[in-house]
Amino acid sequence: METPHFPIYMDYSATNPCDPRVVDAMIPWLREHFGNPASRSHAWGWEAEAAVEKARGQIADLIGADPREIVWTSGATESNNLALKGAAHFYKSKGKHLITVKTEHKAVLDTMRELERQGFEVSYLDVQADGLLDIEVLKAAIRPDTILVSVMFVNNEIGVIQDIAEIGTLCREKGIIFHVDAAQATGRVDIDLATLPVDLMSLTSHKTYGPKGIGALYVRRKPRVRLEAQMHGGGHERGMRSGTLPTHQCVGMGEAYRIAKAEMHEENKRIRALHERMLNGLKDVEEVFLNGHADKRVPHNLNMSFNFVEGESLIMGIKGLAVSSGSACTSASLEPSYVLRALGRSDELAHSSLRMTIGRWSTEEEIDYAVGTIKENVAKLRELSPLWEMFKDGVDLSTIQWAAH
Amino acid sequence: MAYSEKVVDHYENPRNVGSFEKGDESVGTGMVGAPACGDVMKLQIKVNPVTGVIEDARFKTYGCGSAIASSSLVTEWVKGKTLDEAASIKNSAIAEELALPPVKIHCSILAEDAIKAAVNDYKQKHGAAAEVTAAH
Repeated sequence: METPHFPIYMDYSATNPCDPRVVDAMIPWLREHFGNPASRSHAWGWEAEAAVEKARGQIADLIGADPREIVWTSGATESNNLALKGAAHFYKSKGKHLITVKTEHKAVLDTMRELERQGFEVSYLDVQADGLLDIEVLKAAIRPDTILVSVMFVNNEIGVIQDIAEIGTLCREKGIIFHVDAAQATGRVDIDLATLPVDLMSLTSHKTYGPKGIGALYVRRKPRVRLEAQMHGGGHERGMRSGTLPTHQCVGMGEAYRIAKAEMHEENKRIRALHERMLNGLKDVEEVFLNGHADKRVPHNLNMSFNFVEGESLIMGIKGLAVSSGSACTSASLEPSYVLRALGRSDELAHSSLRMTIGRWSTEEEIDYAVGTIKENVAKLRELSPLWEMFKDGVDLSTIQWAAH
Repeated sequence: MAYSEKVVDHYENPRNVGSFEKGDESVGTGMVGAPACGDVMKLQIKVNPVTGVIEDARFKTYGCGSAIASSSLVTEWVKGKTLDEAASIKNSAIAEELALPPVKIHCSILAEDAIKAAVNDYKQKHGAAAEVTAAH
């Protein structure tokens, strides 16, 4: 099979290309319109402030929020840090217990670890085999001193959509702050914070076709949620996050979210068709497993394990595709994906996964190429695999005493 | 991470892939690693019972490109060597030949262990006295 010069991009969950309309909207704010949005004494500042506020309105508009509930940040990692540390520090007199889920992004998990070092107690909940949180597990974990629950909207590795409304309703009943990392959700699922009981929501720009380096934190006004600032300075963003606002970045994220609101329903139909084309092309491969719930997922994500084939070697073979492996082999660690392990996948399956994520510029031709090259390389690597040979000979791999290495 | 040209060559054109016939008395088999670690190597050597020289070798590997390349390389290296010569192949030589980065050194260690395991298996089958001790 011919390999294209540059790999086909199928890693939309890592980042998206910037929409050209977004780039066009940003350029003037990098060139002649350079004013500081916080400059109140002249027209340079006034026009920059107006641009930032228009963008803030566009962010609010996509998620059904009030513009005054949007705090600019540098991205979802900062938003998660501000939400979790900010709320934990502000409400620490009410309790010291926090709850999250084992499949969260590291920006949440590592922030929770830091809060544990500061004296908070954190429960990390298991998920079901389909990647979804069982509400009964959450109910059982809530204590009288629980002050915050954090659950991501759409999982970055397996694409499953958690039942945010149900979890939020429970938290609201119990008077617990509910934070949602929505980095992978904007433009992919409908979000209406007028009805969704969420107190804090982390947003990012670059997973929704905007520039990198900008994000936002939604902070509910009614009922009001308070945060302790983590970045101190000039008191920007109503004291919650100091620092000069990057006008061009804000404008870019605003335009990206405007486009998402206008086009997401049509776009998601097209992406769903591509998802099905890819799934149908691969599902009949022998010993292939879909990771994550089959329907409660964004169509952008297809995460599959090709049993008896190691993920990193598969990625090396399908060099015409830019995808990622659930396996963390490339990062010196021998540990397989912690998300797939949390689903209860065996070590072999966790080491054998491929995350394919598609988006705005994915085409049918690209999907067909991907299916072909993946099938070809899985077959080739299985010919090389002693595990495949043993499987074909009827050996149950779980009965073998492997030498620890 | 970029792979060295030699790793890519062995990955794309693996040497001596396969398995010898089961029950062949002149074959020694070594299987090392574990699926949990993401690497399993099976190395087989076919030994001339008269001269004690390895005449042929086969491998199958589940693992990353560097693990596949390491095992492919050693099937070439062990051919024509005596059992003791083969068992003295060091992982550092494999790592150097393939220009493995530090995070992939374990692949070369696994390949060295696979040779020793195959040699031991052959010696056990044929009641030879001295076992080769794995360095790891």
